[in-house]
Amino acid sequence: MAFGRSSRKKRPVEPVTLKILVAGGFGVGKTTLVGAVSEIRPLRTEESLSEAGRPVDDLAGVEAKTTTTVAMDFGRITLREDLVLYLFGTPGQDRFWFLWDELAQGALGAVVLADTRRLEDCFAAVDYFERRAIPFTVAVNCFEGADKFPTETVQAALDLDPEVPVLMCDARDRGSVRDVLVTVVEDAVTRENRVREPAAT
Amino acid sequence: MSAESARSSATPTDPQASRWYDAEAGPVVRPYAMTRGRTSSASRHRLDLIAIVVPEPEADDPGRDQTLSPEHVEIIELCSGMPQSIAELAAGLDLPVGVVRVLVGDLVEDELVHVTRPVPPAELPDVNILREVINGLRAL
Repeated sequence: MAFGRSSRKKRPVEPVTLKILVAGGFGVGKTTLVGAVSEIRPLRTEESLSEAGRPVDDLAGVEAKTTTTVAMDFGRITLREDLVLYLFGTPGQDRFWFLWDELAQGALGAVVLADTRRLEDCFAAVDYFERRAIPFTVAVNCFEGADKFPTETVQAALDLDPEVPVLMCDARDRGSVRDVLVTVVEDAVTRENRVREPAAT
Repeated sequence: MSAESARSSATPTDPQASRWYDAEAGPVVRPYAMTRGRTSSASRHRLDLIAIVVPEPEADDPGRDQTLSPEHVEIIELCSGMPQSIAELAAGLDLPVGVVRVLVGDLVEDELVHVTRPVPPAELPDVNILREVINGLRAL
């Protein structure tokens, strides 16, 4: 046989996998956003705190409490047979922020979902991504009954760098969420081009 | 007399002490019992959440089951249909990610599966791949 030994079954395609993080305050619609575009119902995975939190959390005195877990919701979009995008909703509670570092590794970028009625809920996420120089896009989830603000107002209220994209979205709407994700990836392309051609312009 | 009974009620064997039933008692087997207490495997690199687990042809051998734990077998079966990421396996098996990492590490050591290396951290993928992602998203 021309290809040497081969298995009985067709060898499965090994896709390139990429990930985008979805951050924001509690109840802002992270899981809704993931669910709007994911081809699978958002799955839940748990990390055992006794292992994941070892370098960070002092477990002295609570040794018996080894089953504390933290959940992360995630979805999948198969763009092509060999190209798969995963969306990870970051754990909302502040005390699980140490898990973000692992999630953020190798991520294309992040979506910070904001609600104009309680904008302060996303300050922590904006801060996190700014400090680690992880590109992010701010998506304002337009809840019914919430006042609509121009993107410039949100940009100013969050004191964002001018190159951070800000756009309005409806986390329940597939098309709207798709536009948010396209913005995140376009932003990644822009940054990559800037790195590759520092002398240009 | 009353002091005596007060002391006995504080002992753990007291039938009146709080009891846990069913789900309240937590999992019957602690997660890391499945890894025989190990929190890391011999595998060289830490497996990313989106690393894809792909079975090797050797994993088809029906004899393998005898040397593997039920969880190992389940992982091979789950990814035989379609290669799955570490995150998906953890959700599918309802096990903590840390446990799945150890179990997959074992299978890598046994050369029953291999794992794709995602884009190295702090390094964006090729611009061409990013453009393909944008095109793919637009087509949704």
